[in-house]
Amino acid sequence: MLSVLGRLGRAVLESLARLGRWFVFMLALLPALPSALLRPRLIVDQLYHLGVLSLQIILVAGAFVGLVLGLQGYSILATYGSAESLGVVVALSLVRELGPVLTALLFAGRAGSALTAELGLMKSTEQLAGMEMMAVDPLKRVVAPRFWAGVITMPLLAALFSLVGVFGGYAIGVGLLGVDSGSYWSQIQSQVDFFDDIVNGVLKSLVFGVAAAWIALFEGYDCVPTAEGVSRATTRTVVNTSLAVLGLDFIMTALMFDV
Amino acid sequence: MSAVPSGEPLIEIHNLTFSRGSRLIFDRVSLSIPRGKITGIMGPSGTGKTTLLKLIGGQLRPDAGEVWVDGQNVHSLSRSALFALRKRMGMLFQHGALLTDLSVFENVAFPLREHTCLPESMIRDLVLMKLNAVGLRGAHDLHTAELSGGMARRVALARALALDPELVMFDEPFTGQDPMTLGVLVRLIRKLNDALGLSSILVSHDVAETLSIADHLYLLAEGRVIASGTPAAIQADASPWVQQFMQGMADGPVPFHYPAAPLQDDFHLPKVQECDRC
Repeated sequence: MLSVLGRLGRAVLESLARLGRWFVFMLALLPALPSALLRPRLIVDQLYHLGVLSLQIILVAGAFVGLVLGLQGYSILATYGSAESLGVVVALSLVRELGPVLTALLFAGRAGSALTAELGLMKSTEQLAGMEMMAVDPLKRVVAPRFWAGVITMPLLAALFSLVGVFGGYAIGVGLLGVDSGSYWSQIQSQVDFFDDIVNGVLKSLVFGVAAAWIALFEGYDCVPTAEGVSRATTRTVVNTSLAVLGLDFIMTALMFDV
Repeated sequence: MSAVPSGEPLIEIHNLTFSRGSRLIFDRVSLSIPRGKITGIMGPSGTGKTTLLKLIGGQLRPDAGEVWVDGQNVHSLSRSALFALRKRMGMLFQHGALLTDLSVFENVAFPLREHTCLPESMIRDLVLMKLNAVGLRGAHDLHTAELSGGMARRVALARALALDPELVMFDEPFTGQDPMTLGVLVRLIRKLNDALGLSSILVSHDVAETLSIADHLYLLAEGRVIASGTPAAIQADASPWVQQFMQGMADGPVPFHYPAAPLQDDFHLPKVQECDRC
């Protein structure tokens, strides 16, 4: 009984200590963020690593999600004789929910884990300590540019995901199942609202970008500098980002769309 | 035994106490590092030699005591003042700590690009000069993954010298090096210290190499300075601890065995009388 209580107490203390480190990291990073904007070259480098190198998985996933939405949407809508609304079903599903959420989940797996592993390895090979001793602040030089790149990349990737998905739905609906091409596009044009749907979708992506980059960078910066420590931190990044994205999505959906 | 090195000290450490968890690493340690000399810090693994360098560089904060570098109390400095002080220090990490996404050239150029606004042509010249000093000018295009261990340390040394520091701290520069590279590093550290008028701190447990180039030595163990003096004085020191370390004897004042429960307990043996010869 005592050992169970001891373990429980230790787990609570560790969680509190971790929360404390998370706040310390946040307080240390916030002042470093503005100065990173003065060195756009560093951010552009990271945009390539986080954004361009994620394009393949985002575009392929977006296309397949669009194809599946086209199939599922058509089979349900055809039951009610409204197959012509396929375009708006596909577009709204993607722009409001699937685009931002799935992009963030894929980003966590592809780019977030890479960020954590990179920072963790830099820590374990004393590269961050080396920078400190060269009077270079790793938060400004390494962490802040990666944070900005994550925040900028996420909405762009989500937009591309949704765009490719809409074309995927078109390929299935119009190309294979015989939905009228004009109806597909005109329904999207008339039913998808710029502010209510697209802007809200972009806002979601921005929030997911902040969360995903923050979690990935914190886990890398805070990890135990060993092979096992980096491995655990990478896993935590993917799990925590996924949970954070799903939780934030629920809250934002409840706030944004009058349900 | 304790001997104070001659010459005006660059670093003064007073009553330094530092612990990790419940383990006391330094117990009121006081020592001074002279200017323009090579000071060797020796001691068995785990005595806190690297920790001492991190305390001097302000990467760790002591529990008590003070570290003064060139008249400045390191741990009372603001972050910007500490960074200004660090620009006057170079540190060679045990494994080089080179930035793995940059080439050899860019690694050496890194501090120059971060702290100066020099034109590219001047950065190129400075980097090639530093690399030439460590014999690796021809390797400037290589990626860090293409370097051997010895080459990586020499590149790290060139990088540590990039801002022309007054103090260079070497953390185990000889560990894991082949005899040829080891000789190169030993000569290089001595030559650069004298040619550039540096003050060097050499943390190592390689006795022969450190004795051959250090002007002054400190031997650390069990959280305190066990001995200090010139290499000749240390070699002549008759204390059992110093002799055990210098001769590389397995057992002595520093026991071979890590503190453990009695053998009978761990191997579930019946209680027997200890043999006199064991």
